[in-house]
Amino acid sequence: MSAPHAAHGGPAGFETAKLGVWTFLATEVLLFGALFTAYAVYRAEYPALFHAEHLKLDRILGLANTIVLITSSLTVVLGVDAIRKGKVRLLRGCYGATILLGAVFLCVKYVEWTAEFRHGAYPGTNIFFSLYFALTGLHGIHVLLGMGVLAYVVVLAGRGRLSESYTTPAEMSGLYWHFVDLVWIYLFPLLYLIG
Amino acid sequence: MRTGDTGARRRYIGVYAALLALTVVTVLVSYVNLGIMNAVVALLIASVKASLVALFFMHLKGESRLVWGFALVPILFLVLIILGTLSDTLLR
Repeated sequence: MSAPHAAHGGPAGFETAKLGVWTFLATEVLLFGALFTAYAVYRAEYPALFHAEHLKLDRILGLANTIVLITSSLTVVLGVDAIRKGKVRLLRGCYGATILLGAVFLCVKYVEWTAEFRHGAYPGTNIFFSLYFALTGLHGIHVLLGMGVLAYVVVLAGRGRLSESYTTPAEMSGLYWHFVDLVWIYLFPLLYLIG
Repeated sequence: MRTGDTGARRRYIGVYAALLALTVVTVLVSYVNLGIMNAVVALLIASVKASLVALFFMHLKGESRLVWGFALVPILFLVLIILGTLSDTLLR
């Protein structure tokens, strides 16, 4: 019981890791925050343009992706709950499902982007689509990175490195994935619903 | 942490159901023309959803004041940046 704790820094190590991840998320808030600020400024300046252009987005696909991401947040937290109870196989299943849902999200995004390109909407078309492609692109990169981190946790768990006394990698990757979901929770209404 | 093997899971599924319901509400409200209030309502609903995710999925509810500080300070800065930039560009 105490051996794995000692090997990984113990409960104090867990607390430190948590503060580290929250600090990293603070930098992420400011990274996306710069784009959200640009959105606020230009939407205030060109309300008619934003309204007209946002109608060109496919809100059904946007809604579908919102449901996919919320579901992936549930599978992550169920995975964390599983490893807290020592259920390694359940953790791997839950994280595997999350990676799959992340892939579904990116596939839907790909379908949307190709449709938008086909209809002549590019990153340089106007300020609305510049922000749309920058925000969804940056978010998509985060989804991809999150899938990688979760895959690493699945591998770690497969090698028997995680247990109910050492859950840190699962918990920290979970925090990151929830953050990616948080960003989309704001992107969906701002881009698809109100423009 | 170990109290009630299904308790935590049931709570997560409850939060998930609330997130789905709020998503449906925000889509439906977007079809009603409320003028500027559309943006306000959409942001309010998004913030309720974000709070649910942070409190329950990210376990902020049971965290120490220190972690709360780490989580809230960047939000404060974000609000300052957005309001500061908006006041500059709108009132110039």
